[in-house]
Amino acid sequence: MYSHGSESLIKQARDIQEAELKKFYRRLAKLLQGKELGHEAMDSLQRLHLILSATKFTRTLPAELQKGLLPLLSSPVEQLQLLSSAVLRETLPLSGEELNYTQEDAGSRADLSSLCAQLLRSLESRQSDGPTHSLMQTLPILNTIITHSPEYHLTLLSKKIVDWLRYASITQGGGASSGGFFTGPRSRQPVPTAELDGTVSGDFFTVLCVGQGFTDDQWMNVYSFSMLRHWLLTYHSVPSGSTIADADDRSEVDGSVVSMVSATSSSSRLLPPKERLREKAFQYCLRLIEQSDRKALKRTDTELQKACLVEAVCILDCVCVEDTSLVYRTFPCVKALFGRLSSDLTFARVLLPIAQFYLNHGEMATVDCESVWKLVFGRFPAELFNSPFLAHELLRFLRLNLESLQLRVPEYTRSFPNLLKFLAWDSPAVVDDFVDLLPSLVTAETAVELLHTMLDLPCLSATLLLQLRSTCSPISEPGGRGLLSLDAFRSASLRGLFLYLLRTEAGSGDTIDRLSTLHELLAEAADWPRVVQCAQTVPVLLHIFFSAVVTIADEKLSAHLILVMLERSSLLLNIPTYIKEIHRVFSCHLLRLCKLRPSLVVDQSHELLEFAGTTANVYSKAEIYTHVVWALGEYLSVSSDSRCSVRLITSCFEALEAVLFEITSSAPPPGAACPVPRVITTLMSALAKLASRSHDLIPRVSLFLSKLRTVTRGGSVAWCTDEEDLVAIVMRGEELWSLLKTPGVAQSVLTPPPHVTTPQWHRDTNLSMPLQLRTLTKKKKCSLPE
Amino acid sequence: MVRCFLIHTVCPVSALSAGESRLLFSRVFGPDEGVLTEQHRGLGPEERRLLRREKTAVVARQVRSAVSLSREASGRPPVEAVPGEEALALQEAGSGAVRLRAGDPFPEEMSALWLAVQSLGFTLVCEPHENLPLAEGTLRNLTRHCLEHLHMLGPGSEVLLRSDRVDALLSRLLPHGQLLFLNHRFAQSLEKEVAAYMAK
Repeated sequence: MYSHGSESLIKQARDIQEAELKKFYRRLAKLLQGKELGHEAMDSLQRLHLILSATKFTRTLPAELQKGLLPLLSSPVEQLQLLSSAVLRETLPLSGEELNYTQEDAGSRADLSSLCAQLLRSLESRQSDGPTHSLMQTLPILNTIITHSPEYHLTLLSKKIVDWLRYASITQGGGASSGGFFTGPRSRQPVPTAELDGTVSGDFFTVLCVGQGFTDDQWMNVYSFSMLRHWLLTYHSVPSGSTIADADDRSEVDGSVVSMVSATSSSSRLLPPKERLREKAFQYCLRLIEQSDRKALKRTDTELQKACLVEAVCILDCVCVEDTSLVYRTFPCVKALFGRLSSDLTFARVLLPIAQFYLNHGEMATVDCESVWKLVFGRFPAELFNSPFLAHELLRFLRLNLESLQLRVPEYTRSFPNLLKFLAWDSPAVVDDFVDLLPSLVTAETAVELLHTMLDLPCLSATLLLQLRSTCSPISEPGGRGLLSLDAFRSASLRGLFLYLLRTEAGSGDTIDRLSTLHELLAEAADWPRVVQCAQTVPVLLHIFFSAVVTIADEKLSAHLILVMLERSSLLLNIPTYIKEIHRVFSCHLLRLCKLRPSLVVDQSHELLEFAGTTANVYSKAEIYTHVVWALGEYLSVSSDSRCSVRLITSCFEALEAVLFEITSSAPPPGAACPVPRVITTLMSALAKLASRSHDLIPRVSLFLSKLRTVTRGGSVAWCTDEEDLVAIVMRGEELWSLLKTPGVAQSVLTPPPHVTTPQWHRDTNLSMPLQLRTLTKKKKCSLPE
Repeated sequence: MVRCFLIHTVCPVSALSAGESRLLFSRVFGPDEGVLTEQHRGLGPEERRLLRREKTAVVARQVRSAVSLSREASGRPPVEAVPGEEALALQEAGSGAVRLRAGDPFPEEMSALWLAVQSLGFTLVCEPHENLPLAEGTLRNLTRHCLEHLHMLGPGSEVLLRSDRVDALLSRLLPHGQLLFLNHRFAQSLEKEVAAYMAK
C-alpha cells in the first residue's frame, strides 16, 4: 500500500533544491496566467501541494504565484478550487476559517462575525439558480463559527432551522412522478417520500425518509439536523431574554407552562424562538424514535437508525436539561425505547445515551433506574467486553458521571469485577480510562477483594479468551492451542475456579482457596499476547490502587493489606517479568504502609517474622524480603509501639540471625543464585538495630560480624561471587561492629528518637537560615530610630 | 465536529525503516485554535502551522501504537487484499478508539477513531460529544471511497498525487468537519457526484 515509489516522491518533495523550486514557481505562475487551465496546470498544482505539505516548515510562495492562485478559489472548476485552497492552506497566514469558495482573512472575532452575517445573507436570498452545494456548505461553516457570533445571528438562523426541520417538503424532489411511461407532464403527480421500510411517509420529512430525488429544503433538513445538537448546546449557552425585544414576559414561566400543556404545533408558534426550536427539535426526535422501529431494507440504513437514536436521545437530554418541564413529556418515550431495546445487545451503544438520560432526569421523574444499571454494569461488561467502541463509550460515560454515579448508584463500586473485564481484554486501549476510574472503585469494604482481583487480572484475561474460544470452537479440538486450559475451563469440577474470576459483582469472597490450582491450569497462557499486555498494566494500576487506599484505610485494613501482599507474593501467575514487577510494587507500598503506621509492624510481627524467618524467601523474593527485614529492624521498637516487648525483639533477632547464618555459611541451594548482597547488609543492619534496643544481644551480633570478617579474609566465599560486593558487605559489617562497641551511641544512631527522624529544621527558627534572617530583619525594622 | 481526518502508515512498512512513519494525508477542520485561544494568540502563522503539524503527528503516533498493540493482541495474521478486493480489506480491517487526553495534543479531550487496512491507518479525531456511531460509519465510508478511488491497495502513489480527490470526498461527506446523517439515498446522490469528479 505504501510503496517505495511513494516514499521516493515524498523524499524528492522534501529535498527539492531552491533553484529548481524557484524555476517551478515561475513556470506555474505563467501557466496560471493562461485563459484555459489544462492538465499541465492541474498536475503542477498537485505537485506544488505535495512539495508544500511534505515538510513541516512553511514555505512562502512568491507574490505573483499567490496572486495567480487567489482567483482560483472561486473558479467554476471544482478541481481548481480544491487544489488552490489546499495549496493556500499550506502556505498563507492561516485564516480563521477554511472555506472552499472564499478566502477571508478572519483573523479576529470581528471578522468571523461579519463572515457569519455574509453567510446568513446568502441563506436568506435562497439562490435557487446558484449551485446547491454552496447553499448546503453554508450550514456546516456556520456551525463551526456560531460560538463566536452575536445573538441576532443566532435568532435568525434558529428560525430558518425550524423551517427546514419541521416544514421541509414531503414530496420527492428531482422530478419523480407516479405516472407511467405514457403519461404526459400534465398528469405527473408529486410522489410522497417513503420510510426506510418502503411504506409511504405519513408525517413530516426527516433524515430517515427516502425518495428518488431530493428538494433543496430536504437537503437543508439533513444539514440542519446534522448540526442541531451543537446548535442547541451553543444557543443554550447564550442567556435567554437578551435575544428578543418583545417576548421577555414569555421567557421563563409562561413558556414552560405552554410547553407542558400544549403539544400541538399551532400554539407553539406563539413561543419565542429559542423555545420554539426546542419544541421542534423535540418533535423531530420523537419522530425519529418512531421511525427507527421500522425494519430498514438496507443494512447501512439500519446503522443510520442506530446513530439517529443516539442523536435523538442526546438531543432530548439536552432539551430537557434546558427546560425541565419537558421531562414529563419525554420520559414515557425514552422509557418505552429502553424497553424495546434493552434485550438486544446490538443496540448497546444506543442504550448508553439512554442511561445518561436516566441519570440526569431519573430522579426528577422518580423513575426506577435499576434495570438500566443492571445492563450498564452487568450485561454490557460481561458480554461485550471485546467491543472496542462500546468499551470506549461506556468508560467515558463512567468518567464523565463519576460523581453522580458514586452518589446515586450503589452498584457502581460493587461492579469492579465486571468493569475490569474491559481492562483484562484490551489493556492498552483502556488503561488510560482506568487510571482515572480506579480511585473511585476503591472502598474500605471491597479494597482487599479489589487487590486480589487486580493481581489476577492476567488470569481473567486468559479466562475471557478461553470463554470466547469455548463458545466458537467445537467441543474437541485435537492438537489445538490452549488445549489443557480449555479442557479445564470446560470440566465441571474445575469450572468453579473460572466462574469465580468471571463473576459480575463483588462481595462473594475476597478470593478463592485453590488459587494455585488455577495458576497451574493457566500456566500455558503466560505467553498469550493479550495476557502479556494485561500483565504489563497491572503494576501501574496497583500503584494507583495503593495511593487511593492509603487515604481511606484504617489500622485494620492496612494490616490486612500487608498480609495479602505477603501471601500473594508467591501466589501469582507465572509470567516472567510480572512477578518481579509486582514484588517491586509490593515492596514500595509495604514500606509506605509501615512508615505511615509504624505500630503495624509490632501488630503483625508474627506474620512478618514468619516471612522473614523463611530462608527460601531470600532467594525467591529478594526485593520484598529486604523491605520486610528493613521494616522489622526499623519499627520493631518501643518508640513505634509500646507493646513491643524485649521478648519480641529477641525472638525477631533470633529468627533473622538464623537466616543470616544459613545464607552465609554455605553455597546457595541448587538452582538458586547467590543471595543479593543488599539482603545480607539489610539483615546485618536489622540485627544491629534490634541489638541496640536490647543490649544483651550485642555480643551475639559482634561475634557474628567478627567471624564474618575472618571468613572473608580467606578469599572468596560460596555465597558471594562478586569481589566488590563482598568488600561492601564486609565494610558494612565493620561499621556496625565498631558502632556496637559503644552501645549508647549505637542506640541513638540506630534507633534515633522521633525529633531526629522527623526533622523540622526548615520550621525551627533556631536552625533554619531563612527563618533566622527573617526574624533578624523584622527585629531590625522594629528598632529603627524614629 | 470532527477535528481532523488523517491517512498515515501504521505497521512496519518495507519502504520505511523501523520506527519511521509517514503522514500521507491530513486535513484539519474548524477555526484555527490560534485565533481563538489565549494560549496561542502570540504565535505567528508559520508557528501555528507547525503546531498544527505537530499535533497531527502526535495523533498519528498514538494511533500507530494502538494499532500495533491491537494487532499483537489479536494474533491474527494480516490479510493481504489486492486491488479489487476493497470490500474484503475493509471487512478485515481492525478498528478502535483512542482516548486523547486534554492537552495531549488538543486543549480538550478528543476521541480518535481508527480503521487499519493493512499498512495504512485512517483516523478521524472527534470532539467529545460527537455521535461516535455516526462517526464510525462515516469513517468506514470515507475509507472505502479512498481505497476504491485512489487504488490504495495497489503500489501506486495516487493518495499523494491526487489529494484533491480526497478533498472532494471530504467536501461532500464531511463538509467542514460536519458529520452528516445520510440515508442510502442521500449517500447515493453524493457518491454519484464524487464518482463524476473522480472520472475527470
